[in-house]
Amino acid sequence: MKAKRLDNYGKINRDKILSFRWDKKNYTGFEGDTLASALLANNIGIVGRSFKYHRPRGIFSSGVEESGALVTIGSKDRRDPNVRATTQELYNGLEASGQNAFPNVNFDLGGINNYLGRFFSAGFYYKTFMGIPPFEWGRGTAIWMFFEKFIRKAAGMGSASVLPDPDSYEHAHDFCDLIVVGSGPSGVAAAIEAAEKKLDVILVEQDNLVGGDQLAENDFDNSQIKNQLENLGIKIMTRTTAFGLYDNCVVGLLERVTDHISAPKVNIPRQRFWTIRAKHIIVGAGAIERHIAFNNNDIPGVMTVNASKHYLNRYGVLTGKRIAIATNNDSVYETAQQLSEAGANVTVLDSRTNFEIETNKSFEIRKGCVPYNINGSKKIVSLDISKSENINKSETINCDQVLLSGGWSPAVHLLSHRGVKPKWDYSNACFLPSDSKENITMVGSSRGLWNKNDCIASGIAGTTDALNRLGISKTNYFFPKPGGWKNPIQPLYEVKYKKSRSKSFVDYQHDVTTDDVRLAHREGFISVEHLKRYTTLGMANDQGKMGNIIGLSLMAELLNKEIPEVGTTVFRPPYTPVSIGALSGRNVGKHFRPLRVTPMHQWNIDHGAKMIEVGLYQRPWYYPKENETLSDSCIREASTVRKTVGICDITSLGKIAIQGPDSTEFLNRIYSNSFSKLQVGKARYGIMLRDDGIVMDDGTSWRLAENEYFMTTSTGEAAKVMSWLEELLQTRWTDLNVNVTSVSEQWAGVSVAGPKSREVLNNCVDDSLVVTNNNLPFMGVTSTFLKGNIPCRIARISFSGELAFEVYVKSDFANTMMDLIWENAKKYDGCLYGLEALGALRVEKGHVTAAELDGRVTIDDAGLSKMASTKKSYIGSAMRKRGVLKNNDREILVGFFPTNLKETFNAGTIVCEKNNIKGQGIGRITSVTYSPELGHWIGLGFVKGGLDKWKDTNLVGADPVRNKQMNLKVVSPHMVDPKGERMYA
Amino acid sequence: MIRINCPYCGERDHSEFSYGGDATINYPSLDASEKEWTRAIFFRKNIKGFQFETWHHSNGCRMWLVVERSTVTHEIKSVKPCHPDLQKVVENNK
Repeated sequence: MKAKRLDNYGKINRDKILSFRWDKKNYTGFEGDTLASALLANNIGIVGRSFKYHRPRGIFSSGVEESGALVTIGSKDRRDPNVRATTQELYNGLEASGQNAFPNVNFDLGGINNYLGRFFSAGFYYKTFMGIPPFEWGRGTAIWMFFEKFIRKAAGMGSASVLPDPDSYEHAHDFCDLIVVGSGPSGVAAAIEAAEKKLDVILVEQDNLVGGDQLAENDFDNSQIKNQLENLGIKIMTRTTAFGLYDNCVVGLLERVTDHISAPKVNIPRQRFWTIRAKHIIVGAGAIERHIAFNNNDIPGVMTVNASKHYLNRYGVLTGKRIAIATNNDSVYETAQQLSEAGANVTVLDSRTNFEIETNKSFEIRKGCVPYNINGSKKIVSLDISKSENINKSETINCDQVLLSGGWSPAVHLLSHRGVKPKWDYSNACFLPSDSKENITMVGSSRGLWNKNDCIASGIAGTTDALNRLGISKTNYFFPKPGGWKNPIQPLYEVKYKKSRSKSFVDYQHDVTTDDVRLAHREGFISVEHLKRYTTLGMANDQGKMGNIIGLSLMAELLNKEIPEVGTTVFRPPYTPVSIGALSGRNVGKHFRPLRVTPMHQWNIDHGAKMIEVGLYQRPWYYPKENETLSDSCIREASTVRKTVGICDITSLGKIAIQGPDSTEFLNRIYSNSFSKLQVGKARYGIMLRDDGIVMDDGTSWRLAENEYFMTTSTGEAAKVMSWLEELLQTRWTDLNVNVTSVSEQWAGVSVAGPKSREVLNNCVDDSLVVTNNNLPFMGVTSTFLKGNIPCRIARISFSGELAFEVYVKSDFANTMMDLIWENAKKYDGCLYGLEALGALRVEKGHVTAAELDGRVTIDDAGLSKMASTKKSYIGSAMRKRGVLKNNDREILVGFFPTNLKETFNAGTIVCEKNNIKGQGIGRITSVTYSPELGHWIGLGFVKGGLDKWKDTNLVGADPVRNKQMNLKVVSPHMVDPKGERMYA
Repeated sequence: MIRINCPYCGERDHSEFSYGGDATINYPSLDASEKEWTRAIFFRKNIKGFQFETWHHSNGCRMWLVVERSTVTHEIKSVKPCHPDLQKVVENNK
């Protein structure tokens, strides 16, 4: 290849010279160049090595279909592999390098694979490294796992950076009446027509300039069109790819904001991921020129014809000196003429014999001729050509470039995303889009129109179609017929030369050859979906944009069928690759998910809390003093609660206001225990079951007034319970007059627990009489005031098993409440306690939480049978009695002690019988803590048959994950104060 | 992406909603037999085509909706509140 920059061609800005590095050497280009055009201008032919055979590869195209020039851009944490050089805009300081080569693309040791190529056919790796049956039957996976890492290293693309991505990405949203994809003649015509009809229009263009294929015309003025579009109020989004169409006219866009800038500002995202909600979509995505399969059709210097036109007229690069063009259609002749006018020696080989074409005769046309082999390895030396009817050596012509045009494939990808199958058009030898029932209209060459006037007409027709479908107008319209060339295309996918073993490529990027397709056929992989997966045809970055049709035609020929009978694979999003960063947007690091904090979050931290995540919530974990460890702190806090008093932030509990005349009836239906006789001023612990009889959640409900309750739920199930109550009221029990409102955020809660808790609260409330044992007995509720006239709700509820109160104030008063109670608690040597101590206290008492109520447990399993009323029906009451939930060998809640009290164990330990340690055993340990009260480790969990069955038996705790095993004994889950004397004190 | 036209909030992305389930089930009374409940809870038709299903506008107005949606194309024919009183309000405001 002898490419060079021409002085009087191209639309690049020659006043602005950009320097860049390619494979560690310095080069220059101009503003307006792509990396590919700059490399060509510097006459760099080899830009990569192929996937499997490590064959030298050059630039095949000028756009997104590129399957050869995949390069790595940037370095260190900004290293971005598999970037198409043909779409990467050049910027000052750009650093790029070739891939899949060692030491470099010009001299690659992996090239040895090319000579071993006959072994590397489709399925080679799997066949070879899965083991040889029958000797290694059943062992194949292990053998494959061993070899896989070496294979992956040898065959591959560029490698991604393993460092954290320093760039930021954004998600953005927009709405419009009409979105037009593609700014070629048809798209622009559609957008203008729509804007003139007062539609709100977004025009999306993947290139940095509007114009589409017109950018390859030497007299095209891009700025004029841009101004016209802008003046009409059309939102133009360049450097933006519509990568997928989704339900309800939703379009996914990827906007490359800074990929073309050498030093982007840090506050600008690298890419934006757009979700556009449109009322109608017009796709004018163009068509993609195909290559032709023949021997050595991948030698650097091979390119599509249209690409060389782009390089000439847009970038001012003449891509060869002696150029052979092989074609089967009319589209190449304008390019041939322009290339020869630009100074190249051009020969056109046309496979057709009978056709008329008007040219200025500046180049030679050989009718009925096809190429069948390229001579050369790193560059083209000459081309063997033959008569098209009988492939046999007739002549060799000297050339440094071979341009191919095997016809055009309309870009039907986006429509295919919507499940619309394209239909084969014999006269144009391509798949054309079918009509969609959704509001999607295809225009321009993506519906198989080959001349500009037809494209423009189709754009206007497309907008009329949109207006009609949107009910805005009722106008007749018609689309021009597909086609537009003077002479019909003659199908040409492969030139088969039987006397040579050279490779003939169908899919350049994955090194799929015509022989691979034939092998797939021989081995029975004849469905296109099997063909694709067996040979990996069309599975690389380009997703078969160039090679798919060739593969299909070969399979059709082998099966003696027509292409439409063979079918085509389904295109799925994305149209071109989308970076993971753009998909995740800002949802990374600590923004990965929402963060919920309680109103006293800062107060907790200021008072020494170490925090822990509970669901989305940040909750105090423990409050260490000086050098205390988690365990030291937890033991001190739990002991203090049992001895004097402790206070704990419990705001994260779900809180629901239940109001209305039927509130009591409602609670009576959703809770398993009775609420019909709960007095005003009392609270009750309740359990909710699911429809299927399994425990959903537990909590308390406080009767504040005749028709008003305040419900608390567990932290984790708060949202689910709220939705459940709404579902019941809105869908099942629509006759009940009840209103439920989530008030979780409105109330801040604290638990004051311990023998001294009443005295502490006494000092905190305005009227010290309200918290006496008489006024506020166990499960009593009162609405009163904290000192400073702060309204509050107090209930005497205990999770720790001590005399305890829950106090709620409006969230705004959270800090004041904490200051007040903490000041008074300190007087009694009280402490602040966190979740770790809370856990220890409740495990000692055998109180269950989410660790036990895991969606598999019944009331009976949890040892709470008394909570299931026999006098009424409630949600789950019928189903909890079904057979499988009544089996004798259900796992029942129990406590566990290590037989040797000095030993420890972990949650997750499997409980087994002594001489039968295997499988799932007979039970499991769900929660474990050190009990300050008992002075050793204790656990809660489940065992088949429960306490009665295993009371005096030595069991074994197996913990294979941690390689531990210990002897256990089963005890009552109520391990401390089983009679609850402290609670009622 | 499915877009659901909430009678109260207008057309919104499906990510604002939570899927409920079959909207055509008549749940038996609480004192009904285990057999009746089993049928109501565990037996579902796998419909190809339009079906009535409940959706909860959980990140919106919190209304439970009956949505008539095609399981093949995601096309939505109708959306209305589950609660009959709310249905009347919507009808009257049309």
